[in-house]
Amino acid sequence: MKELRDPTALRKLLEDIGGKVRKTGRKPRLMEVCGTHTMALFKSGLTPLLAEAGVEMVSGPGCPVCITPNGIHETAIAILTGTEGATLAAFGDMTRVPTRKGSLQTAVPARGSRLRIVYSPEEALEEARREPARPVVFFGAGFETTIPAIAYTVKQAAAEGLGNFSVLPALWLVPPALRAVLEAGEVAVDGFVYPGHVSAVIGTEPYEFVARDFGVPGAVAGFEPGDILLAVRSVLEQMLEGKPGVALEYSRAIGREGNPVARALMAEILEPYDACWRGLGTIPESGLRFRKAFQGFDAAPRFGIEEDMSDRDLAGCRCGDVLRGAIRPEGCPLFGKKCLPDSPLGPCMVSYEGSCLIHYKYGPVRRARS
Amino acid sequence: MCLAVPAKITRIDGSGQGTASYMGSEVQVNLVLVPQARLGDWVIIHAGFAISVMNAKEARETLRLFKELAGTSRP
Repeated sequence: MKELRDPTALRKLLEDIGGKVRKTGRKPRLMEVCGTHTMALFKSGLTPLLAEAGVEMVSGPGCPVCITPNGIHETAIAILTGTEGATLAAFGDMTRVPTRKGSLQTAVPARGSRLRIVYSPEEALEEARREPARPVVFFGAGFETTIPAIAYTVKQAAAEGLGNFSVLPALWLVPPALRAVLEAGEVAVDGFVYPGHVSAVIGTEPYEFVARDFGVPGAVAGFEPGDILLAVRSVLEQMLEGKPGVALEYSRAIGREGNPVARALMAEILEPYDACWRGLGTIPESGLRFRKAFQGFDAAPRFGIEEDMSDRDLAGCRCGDVLRGAIRPEGCPLFGKKCLPDSPLGPCMVSYEGSCLIHYKYGPVRRARS
Repeated sequence: MCLAVPAKITRIDGSGQGTASYMGSEVQVNLVLVPQARLGDWVIIHAGFAISVMNAKEARETLRLFKELAGTSRP
């Protein structure tokens, strides 16, 4: 879709956005919830152009690697180092998050155990099929985009009687986190750019409380520069009209109803609970865990490890503040000095969707290395 | 991690698995979440699973809008 990157078209949209900002008579602050949007904004150079047009973009808690508290990362490390002959499968970014016990990549696996980086949870399931004597644990982290795929693997493992497969869940729901950000009021948000692929599953209805209860407009966006500008423009239009709602500016890829098949699968296997997020603390019904019938697939109890849900950053790391939008990465004293992409001190510098890594790689000022 | 890519379905087998063409590569894709998907449909793939079937009419509409934006002269 190169048309959505066309410089002339993007300039027109930016001019239009600038005009609308002037009509609002203020400098609106919009939160992009999704880390992939943060990446798209920085990579395309839109962040400074939007700032020139008068729109301040601030990143929200939209990186699952980052918002998973260190307690859960340490639980994964405990499984790898404490279980002989096991496979711990994880998405690549999850293996590099630094904790008090090192990271999955620096930890020494128990005898015969190994770490495997996978692209899809199905690869972990496949490994469990191939080696039935080997316990295979999938470190299942993700938002609503990823959760149906993880739920599917558990349902499939149950159907096939794969007793050696289990999942360490780190499953997060976006709408409750938005409510937490708005209720905290720490960051004044004038509008939201909602995540396109989370919305592919949940649809637009779960965001409606944002407009209804908080009067804050929003728009679901795709991931091309043009998509994001359309969403920003829509949010400004809603502000000017005084009619906050949930616009859909990604209708080529998703429908307002989301994916009911995926949601039914999630609801069959998992149930909500009050989960602890890095930086945001415990948020009511913001995480998913196994329903009773599937609790046998929960990895931590299976290996006799008490899952640690606590939020414990390494000393000095301010990822939590970055995730709330309370500070920008540049506001952390470690950023670009002691905390670098090849020696990260927090997950926001690890993940492809982490604000610190994105600011470091694509931000306007490359910090001097100390 | 919510990175997802659009790809065109090139094969569907009976068990909910299939292949899709993404930038010239054939990739394996699980289609259980999109039972309505047909051969030749474009889908959004995330972590090996198609999570959404794309809407060709809406895609054309978006393209038309951007071509118009790119082509119209400044006022």
